Amino acid sequence: MSEKNEKYKKVAYYPGCALEGTGHAYNRSTKQVGKALGLELDEVKNWNCCGAMEVKNIDPKIQTYLSSRVLSIAANEMGHDVVMAPCNGCYHNLKKAEYDLEKDEKSKEVVERISKKAGHKTYEAGEVETIHALDWIKDAIGEEGLKERVKNNLNGMKIANYYGCMYTRPRHIFPEKDQGPGSESTLEPHFMDDLLEAAGAENVDFPLKTACCGGAHTLSDSDTSTKLVLNILKAAEASGAEVIATECPTCHSGLEMHQIRAEKKYGEKTNVKILYFTQLLGVALGLNAKQVGVHENVSHSMEFLKEKGLT
Amino acid sequence: MPIHEEHLIRPENIKTKDNLVIDGIDVSGHWSTFIESRVVTDYNEEMEEEIAALPGGEFIHRCWQCGSCTNSCTVNAINPEFNPRYWIYLIRMGMESELLRDKDIIWQCVSCNKCTYACPRDVFPEGVMKATSHWLELKGHTEKSPSMHFDEVFAEQIIETGKIEEGRTIRNFFKRTGQSLTQDWMIQMVKNLISNLPVKLLISMGLANVLRPKTRNWAAAGAAISEYAEEKQEEQREALGLTELVEMAKQETESLESKANS
Ligand code: SF4
Ligand code: SF4
Repeated sequence: MSEKNEKYKKVAYYPGCALEGTGHAYNRSTKQVGKALGLELDEVKNWNCCGAMEVKNIDPKIQTYLSSRVLSIAANEMGHDVVMAPCNGCYHNLKKAEYDLEKDEKSKEVVERISKKAGHKTYEAGEVETIHALDWIKDAIGEEGLKERVKNNLNGMKIANYYGCMYTRPRHIFPEKDQGPGSESTLEPHFMDDLLEAAGAENVDFPLKTACCGGAHTLSDSDTSTKLVLNILKAAEASGAEVIATECPTCHSGLEMHQIRAEKKYGEKTNVKILYFTQLLGVALGLNAKQVGVHENVSHSMEFLKEKGLT
Repeated sequence: MPIHEEHLIRPENIKTKDNLVIDGIDVSGHWSTFIESRVVTDYNEEMEEEIAALPGGEFIHRCWQCGSCTNSCTVNAINPEFNPRYWIYLIRMGMESELLRDKDIIWQCVSCNKCTYACPRDVFPEGVMKATSHWLELKGHTEKSPSMHFDEVFAEQIIETGKIEEGRTIRNFFKRTGQSLTQDWMIQMVKNLISNLPVKLLISMGLANVLRPKTRNWAAAGAAISEYAEEKQEEQREALGLTELVEMAKQETESLESKANS
């Protein structure tokens, strides 16, 4: 067994704010899948918001501080060397903080100053490794391990895997990606495809894997977001997908919300289902749909899963 | 005769004549469209430096106008007027009045970083878009954009509690921008949620609004962030030459207040 494989079996878990709100189905399904796979999640103690998409527009170094506090607690107070964040926004911000604290003296200064006043140890670059829920399952269990554990094969379910923006861009904050075979690609990410395929899905050829859903302006510029989401939904349907698999609470609720808005406002109805990849993995591992929070999604997928004999 | 990049030319400067004779030669038809030349004299030579002083704008000087940003841009694909390369050009040239023609759409950048991915010069155009919309607001050219309202509501909540409670952020945002919370699509969304969820869970979600999530012992961190944010704002005002203006406005209000009190 590889070193990574062991290291990821017990990690610090940073759910972030969205997973306590609109994304609670993602939180629930991530925990359930972890349990079913025998992986241990140790929630970061007394965590705070990472700064999301918004704080950097007030000042980017405040965002760096917010993320560094989370990393500092995981490393210094809990003794972990890996933090797993399922939300693309959190994952992105923790990665960005890591990069800035390694490369930028000014960021270091600001983080040190605020950390001192806040009364905790300043985070130093390199103390923990930040990973996404996809890395976690892919490296701790892998496709082969997953195949062995699948109880309800997804049976050729046609899936469009949607990764969004923050998982791959900007590329410089993800030094481990684009490193050849086995590593994730920022241009054509495939980790979610790999996992769902192992669970029996048939991944469709989906050109908008890393397109933007307009999540930054979901409320402040709804028309733009609706257009962008509608594009994604239609492209998924045109690619023959029955389901869009998501890996981020902001993308997920953006797709759900604007699927409804597109129908109400522009009379554009799409039928493609929207499910977290952890929900799909969960049902494949034999959990029932409610255990992975399918009933908590805004878009209705219970019937669909029943028809497929998956619940 | 089709004009290349016609949207970059002001409509009033495009002259088309049905019948046109120049120097005794009839050029009606194909050759009858002209672009009126104009002279730009009102350069704002400080503009590039000011935008470079705001977070995100630091690397604007690296741009060599290849256009990869606009080419890859998410918003450009749905609105051709949204043109990061062109705006960077205008800013570097100091063509303020030209930039101001687009002042109401620059904030619409969705921060997807497709431009950053494509840019061969590490300009970070996404940051430049943020810095530019920030500059427009600070200079009083635009009202605060809905997006800036959202960022502020969000940041204030983090400074106060350390965490985000989405329901509260959304309510405050709608309040601040004067919109009604009861938009039909929102109602439909809530209806969908209710038809899916057991009542018990909804009640607990409602309770989440009362028992707001908080990070324990957050006060010191919140205060340190506020203090730093205020310093930064002061620096930015200085870089943009707004300090005096703010001081004047302060004195003005103070003297008005003391008059009102006496
Ligand atoms: S991609 Fe970069 S260098 Fe090219 S025009 Fe845009 S900002 Fe300038
Ligand atoms: S970050 Fe903004 S400017 Fe850059 S591609 Fe996306 S929408 Fe366009």
